[in-house]
Amino acid sequence: MTTPLRSLFDFNGGVKPDYHKDASTRLSIGVLSAPTEVPTELVIPLHQSIGGTPRPIVAVGEQVKKGQRIGDADGDVSSAVHASTSGTVSAIEMRRMPHPSGLSSLCVVLETDGRDEWIACQAFDHKLATPQEIRDYLRDCGVVGLGGAVFPTHLKLNADRQGGIETLIINGAECEPYITCDDMLMRERANDIVRGVVLMREILGAKQVRIGIEDNKPEAIAAMQVAVGDCGDDLQVVVVPTRYPAGGAKQLIRVITGIEVPHGKRSIDYDVQCFNVATALAIYEAIGLGRPLISRIVTVAGNVDAPRNFDVLIGTPIKKIIAACSPLPDTNRLIMGGPMMGVEMPGDEVPVVKATNCILLGSNKIFPPPAPEMPCIRCGECALACPADLQPLELYWFSRAKIFGKAQEYHLFDCIECGCCSYVCPSNIPLVDYYRFAKSEIWAREKEKSLADEARDRFEFRQFRDVRDEQEKSARLAARAAAAAAAKQLATTDTVAIPNTEASTEANEKAALIAAAIARAREQQVTATPQNMQQLSAEQLAEISAIEARRAEIREQAKPHLPPDA
Amino acid sequence: MFEAILVMSVGAIVLGAALGYAAVKFRVEGDPLVEKIDAILPQTQCGQCSFPGCKPYAQAIARGEAEINQCPPGGEDGIRKLADLLGREFKPLSAEHGIEKPKAVAVIDEQTCIGCTLCIQACPVDAIVGAAKQMHTIIAEQCTGCELCLPPCPVDCITMETLHETVETWKWKYPVVTLHPAANLQ
Ligand code: SF4
Ligand code: SF4
Repeated sequence: MTTPLRSLFDFNGGVKPDYHKDASTRLSIGVLSAPTEVPTELVIPLHQSIGGTPRPIVAVGEQVKKGQRIGDADGDVSSAVHASTSGTVSAIEMRRMPHPSGLSSLCVVLETDGRDEWIACQAFDHKLATPQEIRDYLRDCGVVGLGGAVFPTHLKLNADRQGGIETLIINGAECEPYITCDDMLMRERANDIVRGVVLMREILGAKQVRIGIEDNKPEAIAAMQVAVGDCGDDLQVVVVPTRYPAGGAKQLIRVITGIEVPHGKRSIDYDVQCFNVATALAIYEAIGLGRPLISRIVTVAGNVDAPRNFDVLIGTPIKKIIAACSPLPDTNRLIMGGPMMGVEMPGDEVPVVKATNCILLGSNKIFPPPAPEMPCIRCGECALACPADLQPLELYWFSRAKIFGKAQEYHLFDCIECGCCSYVCPSNIPLVDYYRFAKSEIWAREKEKSLADEARDRFEFRQFRDVRDEQEKSARLAARAAAAAAAKQLATTDTVAIPNTEASTEANEKAALIAAAIARAREQQVTATPQNMQQLSAEQLAEISAIEARRAEIREQAKPHLPPDA
Repeated sequence: MFEAILVMSVGAIVLGAALGYAAVKFRVEGDPLVEKIDAILPQTQCGQCSFPGCKPYAQAIARGEAEINQCPPGGEDGIRKLADLLGREFKPLSAEHGIEKPKAVAVIDEQTCIGCTLCIQACPVDAIVGAAKQMHTIIAEQCTGCELCLPPCPVDCITMETLHETVETWKWKYPVVTLHPAANLQ
C-alpha cells in the first residue's frame, strides 16, 4: 500500500545540516564480499554487540566455513559471531578495535581460502517455533541492530507478548549527513527488506507497520512502495520530513505515532517497537535463508574521489574498502559513523564490524579543525536544538565541573549524543565530548561502587561465618567432652548403658554406621569374584581347590585361639 | 494563671511524647558517620591501614582515633573525599602504610599450586576456590587486590597482575580546553 494521507507529528529541536548524500548514491552497491574480492586475512572481533563478549568456540588451525559460528553468545544479552568466509583460523588474539580508545580486544583471525564455501543453510520455521526458540535462533545467528547501536535484536523481537504490539516501525530515515547505506539498501533490496518486515510483524504480532523514510530519498521511497505493493501485506511507507535527527528511534516514533517516550521508559512500554531497515534484511536472511549476519553495507564518503557503498564482509580491514574509493592525499582523519555522531578511528587497519555504517574520511578542507572553545554565553541555542528536550547548557556546566549527580538529575543519560547542540553552539563548545566524558565517568564509578559493595558483603559474610564456625566447633567439642565424661562414668560405675544423652546417642549411631559399613564390605568380599578367577583351566581350578582346603584346615586349627567374631 | 500553666504543661507532655515516640520509631541502627566513611573506603579489606578491614578503620576514623591518610588503595582521591566529609585537612598518604598502586588482581600459577588451602584462609572476601590437595584458583571479578594471599603461600605461586584498560573499561577523556590568546585590540 502506498502512503495514505495521514497526519504526521513533530519533534522539538533538530538541525538541518548539509546532507552530502548524492555523491555516494551515484554508483550501485559495490560488492567486496565476492570470492575474488575477499582479503587474505579477516579479523573478526568477538565483541560486536551490546552485552557480554562471546566466547570463541573454534581453535587455532581449525577449518571453518562461511557462516560457521565462531563465538557463542555469553548469556542472553549478547550475540553470536560467525566466520564471514571459509578459511583457517590462524590466530585468536588481541587486535586493535575500531574504537576511539585505540585499544585491542579478542579477535578471531581468519586466513581465507578464497573458496567462500557456505555452511549448509537451512531456513527456520518461526511459525512452529516457541518464542524462546525464535530468540535463541536469532541470538545464534548474530542478528543485532544495524542502525549503529548494535543492540541484540532477539531481545527486542519478543513473540511472548500477549496480544502482540500496536505499531512496528521500520527506520529507513537515515538522517545523518554523508551516510547512505540504508538508502542504497532500500533502493536495491527492497523486496528482501519487506520480506524481513513481514517476518517481524508475524513474530511480534504487530497490528500496524510503518516504514519511515525521509523525503530526501525519493528513489528509496519509490522502491519500497513497489515492494510493499507486491508483498500483499498492509504495510505503510511513511514519508517523513528531512530534519536531523529524525532517524533517532525516539524521534521517529514521535513523528510517526505522536507518542513521546518519556524519561526512564522504553518504546515497548507504549506498544511500539522500532527496527532499522538493514536489521529487517538481516532477519530475513537469518529466518528465511538460514544465513547468519556476516556482512553489511558500508558507506565510504568524505575526502574520497569516488564515494560509494559496499557490501562488506565483517572483519575486512577498512583500508581495503577505502582503497576501492581512491582517497585523496590530504586525508587526515578517519571517522566511523557520520560527521555528527561518528567517532575517530585509531588507524586504517581496524576491521569493519557490525556497527560500521559509514567510513568518513576527513581533511582540513571538509572538516576544518574546530574553532577555539569560548565560554558559554547562556544563549540557549542548544536547548532549542536538542531533540531530546534536554537543557544541554546545564548538562555542560555540570559535566564540566564534574558534578555528576546534578548532571544525572538533568537526565544526562537521555542524551542521544546527536551533536545538535554542539552544531548550533555559537561558542564552539564541544558539548558532546563533555557528555561522553561525564557518562563514562559515571558508569565507571557505578561499577566501582557495586564492586565495593559486593566486597563489603562478602567480607561481612566471611566474618559472620568465622564466628559461626567457631561457635559450632566449640559446641561440638563440648558435646564430645561431655560424652567422654559420661562414658567414663559408665565404665567406673559399671552400670548398664542407657543411651539417653544426646552425645551417647550420637556415638551409638556412629558405631552402628561403622558396623554396617564393615558388614557391607565383608559381604562384598564374599560375593565378588575377582576377575582373574574367570575362565580358568582345569589344573588351575584343581590347584585353587587344594589351596582352599588347606586354608580351611588352618582356620579350623586356629579357631580356639581367635576372638569369636573374627 | 493556672490555665496558662496547664496549657503549657499539656503542650510539653504532648511534644515530649511525640519526640520520645519518634526517637524509638525512627531510630537509626548503627552509626551513620561510620557508614558514610565506610562508603568512601574502597573495601579492599587489605588491612594496610593497620585495622582488620575497612569497617574497623571507618569506626576508628569516626572515633577520631585514626588519621584519614592510612588507606593506600583509596589513594589521594579517597583521602580528599574523607577530608571533605569530615571537614579535616587534606594530608598526603602516610608512607608507613604503603603506596598507591594501580588496581591489580591475584593470579595463582596452577602448575605450581600444591593445594594447601592457606590462601583460601587468608582471602578476606572468599574469592579463592579450591580444596585440600586440589588446585586453587582466584575468581578475578571478586578479587579486591588486597595481596593478603601472597605471604601465606608456601610455594610462592601467587602473583599480582595489574589490570589494564580494556575497550569496555575505557573512559572518554575530559575535553581539553584550548587556551588562546586574547584578541588583539588595536
Ligand atoms: S549554545 Fe553554547 S553558548 Fe549557547 S547556551 Fe548552549 S552551550 Fe552555552
Ligand atoms: S547531544 Fe544530547 S544534549 Fe546535545 S542536542 Fe543531542 S540529545 Fe540534546
